[in-house]
Amino acid sequence: MSMPFGYASPEQIMRDKADYARKGIARGRSVVVLQYADGILFVAPNPSRALHKISEIYDRIGFAAVGRYNEFEELRLGGIRYADINGYTYDRSDVTGRGLANLYASNLGRIFTESIKSLEVEVVVAEVGDTPDGDAIYRLTFDGSVFDEHGFAAMGGQAEAVATRLKERYREAMSLAEALEVALAALTEPGGERPPVSQLEVAVLDRNREHRKFLRLTGPRLERLISATPAASAPEAPEAPTAPEAGSGEKPPPTGPDGDFDDGSSPL
Amino acid sequence: MASHRDLPAGLTNRLFDNTGSSSFTEFVGSYAPALLPHRDEVLATPIGDQVPHATTIVAATFAGGVVMAGDRRATSGNVISQRDVEKVFRADDYSCMGIAGTASTGIEMARLYRVELEHYEKMEGRTLSVAGKANRLATMIRGNLGMAMQGLVVVPLFAAYDPDRDAGRIFSYDVAGGPYERDRFDAIGSGSIFARGSLKKLYRDGASADDMAMTLIQALYDAADDDSATGGPDVTRKIWPIVSVIDADGFRRLSDQQVSGYVEQMLEARLISPVGPIAPLR
Repeated sequence: MSMPFGYASPEQIMRDKADYARKGIARGRSVVVLQYADGILFVAPNPSRALHKISEIYDRIGFAAVGRYNEFEELRLGGIRYADINGYTYDRSDVTGRGLANLYASNLGRIFTESIKSLEVEVVVAEVGDTPDGDAIYRLTFDGSVFDEHGFAAMGGQAEAVATRLKERYREAMSLAEALEVALAALTEPGGERPPVSQLEVAVLDRNREHRKFLRLTGPRLERLISATPAASAPEAPEAPTAPEAGSGEKPPPTGPDGDFDDGSSPL
Repeated sequence: MASHRDLPAGLTNRLFDNTGSSSFTEFVGSYAPALLPHRDEVLATPIGDQVPHATTIVAATFAGGVVMAGDRRATSGNVISQRDVEKVFRADDYSCMGIAGTASTGIEMARLYRVELEHYEKMEGRTLSVAGKANRLATMIRGNLGMAMQGLVVVPLFAAYDPDRDAGRIFSYDVAGGPYERDRFDAIGSGSIFARGSLKKLYRDGASADDMAMTLIQALYDAADDDSATGGPDVTRKIWPIVSVIDADGFRRLSDQQVSGYVEQMLEARLISPVGPIAPLR
């Protein structure tokens, strides 16, 4: 039995697609999402004022993405349509982050299996509750996998290294200034320089706000928050020497989302 | 990229189709038209008199903002159908609308209008201009013209804070649309004639938000005094008018406690002078 010309096994096709997507996602900068005492904080180094990586979806729901802008922008707009139409059909309280995460998962999964090229995006859907127990952070990868994250999530760029730094520093019930400091420390390579305030996109879902919880932090307000941190510059120096040791060896940086992805090896 | 859209009809997800428009109403019209009110329905008999009607709304600008207030009565013919209806709605952070006419149609319109403004803001990443908001509401009123001709009339009053002018702006409408920008103050609904007469004498340029809230409560009282469909403050049930203030800090609805303070002050003065404050003659 001879192979037809140009045959590639399904396993190979899936593997190639996943590799392609992971490479695309790793090219950009990382985005960090983490819980703090009053809600959820989003931080993204982003030199563009016009092309947002962080956005409001609904009253309690925020969105952050890395990868190709045109692809995650389409997801964002679809999510807003989904949320607004459900809130209008039923009640504003009936729009949930879980529903939106499921919609994205099914869409991402379908495109991954059916299209020649999967989407080169990774997305976080975060929902703020009345109490910290009600907060939820869902991370979705290009193949439609959903990860229910606890406390924090990092994606894009050197995601694994950022997540490791985030894990080391993250504590429950931090103040906003503390959480911002943790996020910036995680986004900065050991010994590296922090992105200037003008190149940061920062937003919060603040559970104490009325009506719409989403708020962008910009300009003087953001500068005040960053300079308000007592440890704004101090911990940088002592941590720098310890960080390379955590790097353990010359392993090349991870280039994609961690966790299982469908490489075609599973029979299911 | 295209293949996920080429699925059989039942599997396509048109939420992700780029319609090229940032209007929620237009999107719903193509995605789930049944959710929108059917503007072209023909009723066998006009039912205008049988459904609750909302009555008087007043609004006036002050230095750096605008105040809107509404009474709490809804009537069906000669019956008071609700004593605590809410007719002033927050549209977004810097605007609000009050409705007069068919209560149900108006409430539905306010709900749709709020989503419409927010939808644009989220899709485009910027808020609509005040003129843009006023025009959008005009289109929605015009869409209701068919129903208005059959008795389901609804007429809104729109007020917004304009950051470019650092001032409040007021727009009124008729059954066929609008908008008509109003200078200083305006009133709509059955008691509007009396409220406008009262405002004409009580309005002061450059007043504070506090004084203007008091002025509007006086005007609503004067409207309730002469119009049977407008409700005065209900002291025994503790139902007070709704008063909303919009300025550079955004929209805020005054608490019942704050409003009852104004009302008690007014009632006390009216025990002595029942027609309210007397404007100077010269």
